[in-house]
Amino acid sequence: MQNVSCSKRDRILFENLSLQISTGQLIHLRGPNGAGKTSLLRIIAGLSQAEQGQVLWNSRALDTTYFKELVYLGHKSGLTASLSALENLQYWAHLHQAPCSEALLYDLLTRLGLVGLEDLPVKFLSAGQQRRVALARLWLKPARLWILDEPFTALDTAGIALVEQHINQFIDGGGAVILTSHQPLTSSAKLQYFDLEYRL
Amino acid sequence: MSQLIKGVLQRDLAIAFNQKGELAQPLLFLLIVVTLFPIAVGPAPETLQRIGPGVIWVAAILTALLGMERLFKQDYLDGSLEQLLLSGVPVFQIVALKSVVHWLVCFLPLLILSPLLALFLHLSMPMYLALFLSLLLGTPLLSLVGAIAMGLTVGVQKGALLPLLLMVPVFIPLLIFATSAVESAALHLSYAPQLAIIGAMLLCALALAPFATAYALKVSQH
Repeated sequence: MQNVSCSKRDRILFENLSLQISTGQLIHLRGPNGAGKTSLLRIIAGLSQAEQGQVLWNSRALDTTYFKELVYLGHKSGLTASLSALENLQYWAHLHQAPCSEALLYDLLTRLGLVGLEDLPVKFLSAGQQRRVALARLWLKPARLWILDEPFTALDTAGIALVEQHINQFIDGGGAVILTSHQPLTSSAKLQYFDLEYRL
Repeated sequence: MSQLIKGVLQRDLAIAFNQKGELAQPLLFLLIVVTLFPIAVGPAPETLQRIGPGVIWVAAILTALLGMERLFKQDYLDGSLEQLLLSGVPVFQIVALKSVVHWLVCFLPLLILSPLLALFLHLSMPMYLALFLSLLLGTPLLSLVGAIAMGLTVGVQKGALLPLLLMVPVFIPLLIFATSAVESAALHLSYAPQLAIIGAMLLCALALAPFATAYALKVSQH
């Protein structure tokens, strides 16, 4: 990412940021509310365009190969309320070309503590359970970069531990993660901080 | 291709059939409008034949708008749209399939119901045939062009009337040619030219609308 700038409603959120993410790196993006963490993550994910500067992946502009290697989880869960957890993940996996046999999905949802809730419309699940379903995508798609916006919201301590452990495994396996969180990460030495400040 | 069919087509159909109430709502609305007209203007066959095609077409357009909200709004609100955009599948393909689903859910039942509506409004057989053909060619156009308007206004809260305004310039020629086709049929004249124009509009929309909608969705992600 080179010299990226962004402003919202005539307020400059950040200017000329440069950041490089390489394999085996975990970047914790920190900053007060309104500093532009989500905006920055959306720019990196390719959802919105930076005003100046560009985001490059393997020194090329973002294209379909990038999207094939990316999992982005935003504030919104991306789950359809009227579909079950199983259906939500199946349709998502089909579209993202991830493996999605039913046995695999049942297995995964069991590991995430959602036994017996697989066929229930997601709207009947609690916020934490919905977050677990959304995070199940991290186990499904073989990606190289994860962009996670507040992944721990609404999760209980066991859930947070589970996700952190999975993140560490992913990093050890050569993946890269950039995430925002208002709670400190307990994990490894590879953790780096990137701080944004609130600008007037 | 299979990823698109499973991931978009099946998904959207599953969502539509999960909300059966919403599925039936536009159709009921259409039926009520068309049944009320003969009662309001009197059951004289000449009057009904005169206004019939127009009534069915206006009702069809309003029905389309009722179902149009579903096209992207829900996906935008719950974040599914972000996941669709980041799937690596070209967005215009996703959008085109979503328009197909809208047509299947909103207009196919209307086409199936159309003989009954024609009976209510006392249309003759040639008139009904012309009406059916104009609906067959004209309704996919509504789905395709409606998608552009919905894509542009997806981020707007309480913008229910805005897409309607955006689509009016397309509705008006469609309405003129469709009703003129049925009128020609009533006089036992050829209505091929009107249908050809509607067909040309449809082909233009088919080629361009998915790209315009894809761009509109990308812009609305800001």
